[in-house]
Amino acid sequence: MSWKLSLWRTTQRLARKLTVIAALVLLGGLLSATLVRMAPGFDSDERELDPSLSSESVRALRLSRAGEHNVFSFYMNYLRGAIHGDLGISHALGQPVKTLLRERWPVTVRVVGVGLLLAWLLALSLAFATCLGRRPAYEIFGITTSGAFLCIPAAVLALLSVILDAPGYLAIALIVFPKIYRYSHNLLAKAYGLPHITAARARGLSEVRILAWHVLPVAGPQMIALAGISVSIALGASIPVEALCGLPGIGQLAWQAALSRDLPLLVNLTLLVTLVTLLANSGADVMIHMLRPREEA
Amino acid sequence: MNAARKLSCLVLLAVCAAALAANWLAPAGYAKQFRDVPNAPASRQHLLGTDDIGRDRFARVLYGTRISLLLAPAAALVSTALAALVGGLAGYMGGIWLQMARGFTDLFLSLPWLFLLITVRALMPLNVSPLVSVLITFLVLGLLGWAASARVLSTSADAVRNSDFVLQARASGLHGPRLFLIHVLPNLKPVLYAQFWISIPVFILTEANLGILGLGVAEPLPSWGSLLRELEGLISFREQPWRLVPLLLLVVVMTSFQLLLSNEEVTA
Repeated sequence: MSWKLSLWRTTQRLARKLTVIAALVLLGGLLSATLVRMAPGFDSDERELDPSLSSESVRALRLSRAGEHNVFSFYMNYLRGAIHGDLGISHALGQPVKTLLRERWPVTVRVVGVGLLLAWLLALSLAFATCLGRRPAYEIFGITTSGAFLCIPAAVLALLSVILDAPGYLAIALIVFPKIYRYSHNLLAKAYGLPHITAARARGLSEVRILAWHVLPVAGPQMIALAGISVSIALGASIPVEALCGLPGIGQLAWQAALSRDLPLLVNLTLLVTLVTLLANSGADVMIHMLRPREEA
Repeated sequence: MNAARKLSCLVLLAVCAAALAANWLAPAGYAKQFRDVPNAPASRQHLLGTDDIGRDRFARVLYGTRISLLLAPAAALVSTALAALVGGLAGYMGGIWLQMARGFTDLFLSLPWLFLLITVRALMPLNVSPLVSVLITFLVLGLLGWAASARVLSTSADAVRNSDFVLQARASGLHGPRLFLIHVLPNLKPVLYAQFWISIPVFILTEANLGILGLGVAEPLPSWGSLLRELEGLISFREQPWRLVPLLLLVVVMTSFQLLLSNEEVTA
């Protein structure tokens, strides 16, 4: 009975989360459409400057944009297209946005995925070594290393990886690592400082047992929340890394779109990345919720 | 104040003083070209050499530091004021207002910072005068960087709203903006100061990122972002080590901020 209730609650929570995500994405889309509509230069088309076009052709071009004057009709047209899989055409690249996303997405997934994995491995190894080793040298090393990487802009790390001929995912790992390390180290240090863990150590419990039974249940939920947030940090880092390392992913596409003021492409990319971030955060939230009843039981 | 914080303070003061005295310390203006010596190595005439078009790199570092170090606090001021307005008022009003403000800040915080920034920066005209590009860059930073501070401020304002002295002030008949301005806002000052100082290094780093990506301050005005962009042409560190000076300066300033703010971050 209890597992049925737990499943029901999790499903309810999941449904609520999905509704909130859908509402936020729709709201975000409306905001983006408003920004695009109000951006300087929205109503002008470079093709109108072509001297070979007749006045009828120019009028036809203006007429084709007439439906975009009202922000709501502009957004509704966009939504209608999006539902049918039409995300518009990139002004700068002259290709359908959908095709561009399909081509570029795998590169970003690979670079961000491997980078995140490396960052977590690095950060957790150092955080556990600092907390378990309990030596000032480890602590100083951890703080100095993470502090040094926090002081360097993400784009400089990407440039350095190009100069040193290092792979792009390493740059992403080094950008994300200090944030994960600082937060997870604080969580672990707090958990290891609890009185019942000192008592467990005094009773001779092994470190593995202490970690599995006493530290992870305390620090675990916030670590999972951090995992959700780290996806957002890594996706943000993908812009300078892909742009400067020459990796043809979503980050590079966003950079190209920004430089050429390709607003439809940029808005689609921002919405897509927001959706992924929201899904990652909500996934983390649902996981924390799923783990909680077992702890209580 | 411990030794590390004192040293950080001294370093920041020295860098600020050098940047403000750029007119006297720099051998030439930031845009002056020495056309006969482009790409010159470090020498007595040009302490950090010259760039591709013969501009003195030392002069550009000094003027660039001035722009980055003066405008990042200005952007931090804008973002803290917005955070006080959104977070402080929502926390003070409580109820549905607080929930709505938190939902809005959460939405803002869930957007990857750089994606949002380059989208909004691209919405602004890119082909503008250098001075306008500086204003646009730092204004965008200030207008978009308020969410995290607003989240902290709403929690603090909520705590102040429920405190005994505010309850007593309410019971004495004080309401509305007067209660907010006299009792709530002064008690939020420590959090506001902390958020202001925390925002400065964040904005310095973000401007550097935007500058390297070509979306920051326009040429010929220098900033740390545009100076770091020069690293793009570097083949090895040994070849022209003086080109790393802007990066070293940025790391030194950021480390000083980290050491100075380590306590502020905990309080915030």
